[in-house]
Amino acid sequence: MSKEPVAVVGVGQTKHVAARRDVSIAGLVREAAQRALDDAELTWADIDAVVIGKAPDFFEGVMMPELYLADALGAVGKPMLRVHTAGSVGGSTALVAANLVAARVHGTVLTLAFEKQSESNAMWGLSLPIPFQQPLLAGAGGFFAPHVRAYMRRTGAPDTVGSLVAYKDRRNALKNPYAHLHEHDITLEKVQASPMLWDPIRYSETCPSSDGACAMVLTDRAGAARAPRPPAWMLGGAMRSEPTLFAGKDAVSPQAGKDCAADVYRQAGIADPRRDIDAVEMYVPFSWYEPMWLENLGFADEGEGWKLTESGVTELGGDLPVNMSGGVLSTNPIGASGMIRFAEAALQVRGQAGEHQVEGARRVLGHAYGGGSQFFSMWLVGSEPPQS
Amino acid sequence: MAEILKAPLAVEFPFTRSLGPVQSAFLTGLRERVVLGVRTGDGRVLVPPVEYDPVTAEEIRDLVEVAATGTVTTWAWNHEPRRGQPLDTPFAWVLVRLDGADTGLLHALDVPGPGAVHTGMRVRIRWAEERSGAITDIACFEPYDGGPAQATGHTGEFEDAITGIVAPARLDYTYSPGRAQTAYIHALSERRTVGERCPSCRKVYVPPRGACPTCGVATAEQVEVGPRGTVTTFCIVNIKAKNLDIEVPYVYAHIALDGAGLALHGRIGGIPYDQVRMGLRVVPVWTEGARYPDHYRPTGEPDAEYETYKELL
Repeated sequence: MSKEPVAVVGVGQTKHVAARRDVSIAGLVREAAQRALDDAELTWADIDAVVIGKAPDFFEGVMMPELYLADALGAVGKPMLRVHTAGSVGGSTALVAANLVAARVHGTVLTLAFEKQSESNAMWGLSLPIPFQQPLLAGAGGFFAPHVRAYMRRTGAPDTVGSLVAYKDRRNALKNPYAHLHEHDITLEKVQASPMLWDPIRYSETCPSSDGACAMVLTDRAGAARAPRPPAWMLGGAMRSEPTLFAGKDAVSPQAGKDCAADVYRQAGIADPRRDIDAVEMYVPFSWYEPMWLENLGFADEGEGWKLTESGVTELGGDLPVNMSGGVLSTNPIGASGMIRFAEAALQVRGQAGEHQVEGARRVLGHAYGGGSQFFSMWLVGSEPPQS
Repeated sequence: MAEILKAPLAVEFPFTRSLGPVQSAFLTGLRERVVLGVRTGDGRVLVPPVEYDPVTAEEIRDLVEVAATGTVTTWAWNHEPRRGQPLDTPFAWVLVRLDGADTGLLHALDVPGPGAVHTGMRVRIRWAEERSGAITDIACFEPYDGGPAQATGHTGEFEDAITGIVAPARLDYTYSPGRAQTAYIHALSERRTVGERCPSCRKVYVPPRGACPTCGVATAEQVEVGPRGTVTTFCIVNIKAKNLDIEVPYVYAHIALDGAGLALHGRIGGIPYDQVRMGLRVVPVWTEGARYPDHYRPTGEPDAEYETYKELL
């Protein structure tokens, strides 16, 4: 029996900010969920199950927060699942929800991811003082910066490429009312003059720390037929993982990322992603990851990704727009960041992306990764239902 | 075999909570010796109050005051109170249905022994002398002979309501790095770096983990690597991290020790930070009494060719 086609009929998110001191965690997730329901013109009673995701519990210090969030998300008396795959969790949460619809376990599923980073300190949460180990590392930037240098060495990319990505994403964010950073006076010179934190990564090439939530309503063909606005159809979705560190790991272009993309393209019948996909919303917490992922996801040959960035192909008006929403570089409620990528892909093919809409976007890829380039989750959504 | 290492690990952080409107009213109420519940769509009063109706999922904001007296609905005796619990002498954990409420509030009951507590007994709140707007403003419950105390009919509107609290959390672990890393650490005390070779792929893991993550088999064969190695990639750290006592800027590098199947991480010294480069040949520098090399310094050899280390980034 073939799978049930999965449609996105509702998308909602909070206005992402550094600290939402006016709401509890329950109030934060509720806001995004209510907006997704409103978009779908559905009520809590129309939801059959809830799938929620967030990054490590240390990021707020609430163990298993999904338990206390059941009533805020209308999950009482319904199945509720929590997913955790580090930074990629927003993506894998959406895929777990989509699989419940595809398998005809449920007709309509609410999926949501969040982080309220202001309640803790992610840098603390990621660097516990483990006995017998030598403390050396200064945050996630310190972990990823050597991989960026390795990419530059491998490809010969000029050292300005990272600043071009940051300048582009921050300008895209100005068109997105939900983005955290709205730097109206941004210039390329300012990006390039910002301090080096973890050379070769500059301050302006790093993501902020945000409070926010993102939700989607996923449904089957019957649900899509009742939807008030055009649905986004899932054409392919996959997850892959590999160890954080192992002998032979390619940290610049991890095998798990390549395999994950290949699986999505196979499901969706994509022969040439560069030609067949109209836009990409990818997980870029440090600017250089745009060219790195362009290669990893097959949009450019190895060593050629930076040329797409440098020549303007990935600009909002370019031939392959990347991170139309402003990306993780402009908004990073960690657990929600993957789902925001997936949701932006859906908004684009629904024609609902507002000022950052890519004209005529028919097939858009949403991408997330997490851990030490260890977990990958991706989906391709389209404006037309899948063929088979 | 040497004894496997163990050490305490305390994970501790003062988490902050923004309360939202309902928890804000509830905790501010406790400060003022007022207990608030919330009325649900089907007319029940929940204490402590929640923001969303558990039956209809609707937002609920109808706050109602309940009495500071109530009835024990169930209990369990706590023989050995632990740090941070409401009382430091043995007490009963109780669920108390306060007069006017439909649900139980979890708290401590101060009685001399388990014989002095029973389901259905009447109790009242013993307020803390100093109250800040926290659940600890209720010091505990105590036995009480009498009917419902009068609630004042408070609406839940307060001047200078609290909007956030600090919720310190602490978890105490006993951490052990396991057999393989214990051997690695013991070897370091002799200034030797000893990894383990995978019997399947033949790669040498440094530090060893006791298993090969790609082949999924146990490793046992010990192999000494280094002491020399190659900087395969690095970054220059310009910001100081909390709890990290290293002067910035410093170079954080991936170093493939000669013979190792993957790079380990270390600091580069003995050379200006802006002259460090991929391919630099280095050797560890030890300081007296330290568990790990303090840093790695250049050996003076010619740089390694990129082709020789490009798989070890």
